[in-house]
Amino acid sequence: MKTLFVDDEKAFLEILTKRLEKRGLSPSAVYGGEEALNFLAENTKTDVVVLDVKMPGMDGLETLTEIKRQFPLVEVIMLTGHATVDSAIEGMKLGAFDYMMKPCDLDLLIEKLEGAAARKKDHEDKIMEARLKEIAGHRV
Amino acid sequence: MLEAPADRKGFYQILTRKIGILILVVSFIPLVLTAGILCYRFHKAYSEKVRAHISELVLKHTQNIDAFLLEKLGNIRYLARQFSAGSRASADSFLASRLAELKDEYGDVFTDLGLVDESGAQFAYQGPFRLENADYSRATWFLKSKESPFYISDVFAGLRGHPHFIVAVKVASQGQTYILRSTINFTAFNSLVENIQIGKTGVAFIVNAQGEFQTHARPGTRIHITPSMVDREIFRDKSTVIIKKPDTLGNPYIYGISLFKNIDWRMVFCQDFNDALRDLWKAELLTLVVFILGCFAILFVSFTLPRNIVKLIAEADRKNEAMNRQVVESGKLATIGELAAGIAHEINNPVAIMVEEAGWMGDLLEDETQASTGTVKEFNRAIEQIKTQGRRCKDITHKLLSFARKSDATVADIRINDTIREIVSLTAQMAKYNNIAIQTTLMPELPYIRFSPAELQQVILNLINNAIDAMGKEGGTIHIHTRISPGDSRYILIDFQDNGPGIPGHYLDRIFDPFFTTKAVGKGTGLGLSICYGIIRKMGGKIEVESRVGQGTRFYIHLPVDPDNTEIKPLNNEGDRS
Repeated sequence: MKTLFVDDEKAFLEILTKRLEKRGLSPSAVYGGEEALNFLAENTKTDVVVLDVKMPGMDGLETLTEIKRQFPLVEVIMLTGHATVDSAIEGMKLGAFDYMMKPCDLDLLIEKLEGAAARKKDHEDKIMEARLKEIAGHRV
Repeated sequence: MLEAPADRKGFYQILTRKIGILILVVSFIPLVLTAGILCYRFHKAYSEKVRAHISELVLKHTQNIDAFLLEKLGNIRYLARQFSAGSRASADSFLASRLAELKDEYGDVFTDLGLVDESGAQFAYQGPFRLENADYSRATWFLKSKESPFYISDVFAGLRGHPHFIVAVKVASQGQTYILRSTINFTAFNSLVENIQIGKTGVAFIVNAQGEFQTHARPGTRIHITPSMVDREIFRDKSTVIIKKPDTLGNPYIYGISLFKNIDWRMVFCQDFNDALRDLWKAELLTLVVFILGCFAILFVSFTLPRNIVKLIAEADRKNEAMNRQVVESGKLATIGELAAGIAHEINNPVAIMVEEAGWMGDLLEDETQASTGTVKEFNRAIEQIKTQGRRCKDITHKLLSFARKSDATVADIRINDTIREIVSLTAQMAKYNNIAIQTTLMPELPYIRFSPAELQQVILNLINNAIDAMGKEGGTIHIHTRISPGDSRYILIDFQDNGPGIPGHYLDRIFDPFFTTKAVGKGTGLGLSICYGIIRKMGGKIEVESRVGQGTRFYIHLPVDPDNTEIKPLNNEGDRS
């Protein structure tokens, strides 16, 4: 499972990365929306993006929209620092998988990451299957 | 209602005084001026009228008496023409027959008739007295009547010893000069004047040029006429003069004096000045009474009216102040909300990092083998504590943010009973756990209200949670009651009643203040009720609290009915209890 964490709080990301690494994950971390898009363009295997809502420059919702446009299969979990459930809900409407509040429980986060990854895999499998069927259909 | 502060009190006192003085000034000045001018004018006009009346009276009587004297003189002159000199006997019979004729004609006016010769001896006489051969050679009237064709004497006692006056006419007959004289009945003459009486003190009399009385003055009169008062000079061209002079006791008297044409006498009418103006004094007394009553009325008004006005002003000020305080309160609430939101945003991230770091330390500690178990345990405890406190911070910041957030304020038409049922079912489990029963008495067919559903839920939830917290483990009952506000049908009234410990009086004023809490540290943020307050005020409603220690607390919420959607829809389950 390849994950990307996007947050402008470097300290937060660093420690989160460390803790997740200790739990056997290998998260990547970038500090802004633009960087996230660049990263995704380069690392097409990325499964889940954890996206902070409140960021300078391109904010969480804009980044989410862009991610969904360019990489529709990538699952996104919104991470919100404030209790604006609205923006979280807005994010879900735009196609986010789930949302979490900071500071977040690590186990819960991992659970959600796995869920998101599973869904992505499911989607990919279905696409694969469909393609296979298509190819098979052509053959027939 | 709060008492006005000291400086306001001073201001109100000054205001009261100013209004009072203003009323006094603007009322008194016109009143005094009007009353004064009117009185003065009236006094003047009335005095003139009195003077004119006296002049008129005196003049009329003067003319009457003039005419009377002229007539009597004419009678005697007529007799004188008929007379021809002869013997004493023929003269006597002439006088006797003429006297009888005169008495026939004029009654008792002529007392006697006499004929006096040049030497002053009474040549013939007819009358009640025995005056034949009386010697008048030294009598004033005799000397005077020799010098002019006729003469009317002053009143004098003369030979007969009681007052009378004489009309004398010179008669020339057969080379001899006689004087025909007649005595005029003094009583008859006197009554002409004595009958003139006005008021209590008005009397009339006749005086001669020396100011001596020619008629009877009323007995006891203290009037003294000096020659200067009746001097011909003072009349000039006028027929009457009016003089004001005190009598012998110093009381002012008004005198009307008029000259006779045929004799050097003066008609005098005099009256006590105050008596003459008695009607005027009456009118002026009445005016004075009305004036004084008016003054009292003005004084009364100028004392009470400003007090009432200032009381009203003070009342308005107090209301205004209370309103200002309310505005400031809600402003404060908003400011605190924004401030809190800002702080919460800023604090949330560091707290998140701290919690993560603590977690990381915990992770690392799991791998640590060198340290003694006791130290590890202690580290774990410390890390756990950091995490716990971090979560507390998180709770606080999240609540602060929800306090400040403007989200979800989109209004919709809501049926309040539905919302209450929803929240009650949500909290029922927690209530049961605390031995608390939630009862509802929901009035069916309540009108819609326009409110944000999320905010309304927040308000109801907050109040129920507060009640549950207040009652604690001991349990109790929460009663929620909805109905149309009995006072104002444009409002719906919801009341939340619990039978918990109640809120002490000195807390009641502050329970809607942000961060005010009576809960133990860490158990409450003190924002719940101020959030409720803010929401309800924003939607045009009102929240009030009533509490008795030991009996419970009751919150009243008034929410405005949606004016555009007053249609009343019946509920399916009416007045249910859960």
